Amino acid sequence: MAVLVDQNTRLLVQGIGTEGANHMRRSIAYGTSVVAAIHPKRGGEQQDGVPIFTTVDQAVRETGANVSIIFVPAPGAADAILEAAAAKIPLIVCITEGIPVLDMVRVKAALQSTGSILIGPNCPGVITPGTKTRVGIMPGDVFMPGRVGVVSRSGTLVYEVVAQLTAEGIGQSTCIGVGGDPIIGTRQVEAVRMLNEDPDTDAIVLVGEIGGSAEQEAAAYIKEHVKKPVVAFIAGATAPPGRRMGHAGAIISGEDGKAENKKAALRAAGAVVSDSPADIGATMKRLLAERGLLK
Amino acid sequence: MKLHEYQARDLLAKHGVPVTAGRVAATPAEARKIAEELGGKVVVKAQIHAGGRGKGRLVAQSDTADMYQKLISDPENYSGKVRGDRVGGVRLADTAEEAEQAAAAILGKHLVSIQTGPEGKLVKNVLVAEQTDIAKEYYLAAIIDGMQGCPLIMASAEGGQEIEVVAHNNPEAIVRMAVPAAAGYSPYIGRTLAARLGFTGDQADQFGKVVEGLYRTLMATDASLVEINPLALTADGRVVAVDAKLNIDDNALFRQKELAALRDLDEEDPLEVKAQQLGVANFIKLDGNIGCIVNGAGLAMATMDTIKLAGGEPANFLDIGTVNDPQRVVNAMKVILEDPAVKAILVNIFGGMARVDIIAQGVIEAHRQMKIDVPVVMRLVGTNLAEGEQLIKESGLPLIRANGLFEAAKKAVEAAGAA
Repeated sequence: MAVLVDQNTRLLVQGIGTEGANHMRRSIAYGTSVVAAIHPKRGGEQQDGVPIFTTVDQAVRETGANVSIIFVPAPGAADAILEAAAAKIPLIVCITEGIPVLDMVRVKAALQSTGSILIGPNCPGVITPGTKTRVGIMPGDVFMPGRVGVVSRSGTLVYEVVAQLTAEGIGQSTCIGVGGDPIIGTRQVEAVRMLNEDPDTDAIVLVGEIGGSAEQEAAAYIKEHVKKPVVAFIAGATAPPGRRMGHAGAIISGEDGKAENKKAALRAAGAVVSDSPADIGATMKRLLAERGLLK
Repeated sequence: MKLHEYQARDLLAKHGVPVTAGRVAATPAEARKIAEELGGKVVVKAQIHAGGRGKGRLVAQSDTADMYQKLISDPENYSGKVRGDRVGGVRLADTAEEAEQAAAAILGKHLVSIQTGPEGKLVKNVLVAEQTDIAKEYYLAAIIDGMQGCPLIMASAEGGQEIEVVAHNNPEAIVRMAVPAAAGYSPYIGRTLAARLGFTGDQADQFGKVVEGLYRTLMATDASLVEINPLALTADGRVVAVDAKLNIDDNALFRQKELAALRDLDEEDPLEVKAQQLGVANFIKLDGNIGCIVNGAGLAMATMDTIKLAGGEPANFLDIGTVNDPQRVVNAMKVILEDPAVKAILVNIFGGMARVDIIAQGVIEAHRQMKIDVPVVMRLVGTNLAEGEQLIKESGLPLIRANGLFEAAKKAVEAAGAA
């Protein structure tokens, strides 16, 4: 067991340009079941052995796809998410970076009535190493099956954290990159809740960033509901206010957006906050040992 | 992307928000002409992106750093406003002739305020607008609220000052109302805010129209922020925007071509502009001496944080993204080395989408194309690492290698100290 994606995942790929096709191949090689790809002009063809359909509706009806990953470029990405939601795909993972925030306002409102879960956009995706299910763009070989869940706004920081965990001999249940944009489908608090309720996850790593107040929201939930060990890191403690640090959401524009206030909220909630991104793996190892959870 | 005040005013007016009468001028003669049309009694406002204009001072380019120091250390004596309404970057004029003089004193000079930094900003335009007899100042803004996923209107009866100050001292003075994403704007929003701010009768109606116009501006321009501060209730009972700010969502510029054309490169850091021209998009200049090349925004921030923890200061934020062309690495090195403060470079790459061997090729190529006399620390992990290692070995270059994140930061700090 894990959360979001597992051996029952039947993956559909929307957008098979260079990047989409490349990552589809890597997911297949990792062991993930990829059942369909979408290209508006190449319906009926195949890409690396995967049948191509013109529409998501058609692909779902013919293949039973139940998870979609989106690589469609920013101007068409909102449309792609809405198409997947209209086809009743329960889980949609949007990798695309640079979607206008007003498009996400529309998407978020529409998703409330369809019931689909959206991860992202501007995210590295979701991976469950134990079932070899990679719905994302992460380098599969740094992951190791295990019982620690990871939630992160940043993609490369997932890899960094996971490499540290793996080097300490600590495997991962499911790693969720929630995305770096101001409006995302699944916020940190929801990802933390999923991992908290997952019987196969013993502990959680939460990697936040400056900007917004999502970490405070997660902290409030952790304080109230989470008994599992939580190690947190907030990137951007040294970033100047008012500048967008790459991610559209990573901009300090209020008190909640500052790293120090996020860290304080998480500490007050009982999480162990690592000031250094280089110590996250070691901190988790220490915490697991203290709780007798180190296998 | 930020717009100038006069551009923001035009956009607000287009969507139904009353603004003070006035226009932009690029020469003192134009300023005089506009002032004549407005009856002589006007305010002349320097158009730069930074705030604090009224309290700022105008100087020659050679004197900006000196004036900045004075403004920071002794505002009582040097602030434009303290010395009257005819010294700073916002000046009152009673006649068209005075308006012309004010424009002549402002245009072509550098305006230094506590928000411009020591470089100040060259003033290329002034806004010449009617003076308003203000009975009360309000604050009104529309933003996109990421948490609720919808537009949010913020209003306060404590206008005319920085909203951050109000938020800090008296948070209850700011009223917030979400605009439901599915339904969009509805007049109850303006009515409710008007009542909360104490508007009644005709003025409540006027205020409601301003709120609706503000919302329409946000939606039509793909703005991330539209702010009217102050929104004035005039002595003769009009509700009118006196100052305006508008930031556009960078991600939407592809479909806001007219607005994208208003981008003012003179307002941006020259090194950041050069970086963009060289295809190094996510570059932000900082004040330290360790140049950073990293893939991914989160890891780039974390690398800066680690440098600081190791006792150093980053010279920049740089997310090189997914590199498939070594020349982009060369360009990134070029941009970083333009900054004379840089004493070492840290390359930290966790290859996922990005390939480590391409980064290695880029760093090697950079050493071929230019003289690099600062130490380069390389920490490479992930996709195609073995190929990258091989290239570095064959190059024979004195690159400093590191395995972990902290080790890399520490070596970079040491290298910068020794250089």
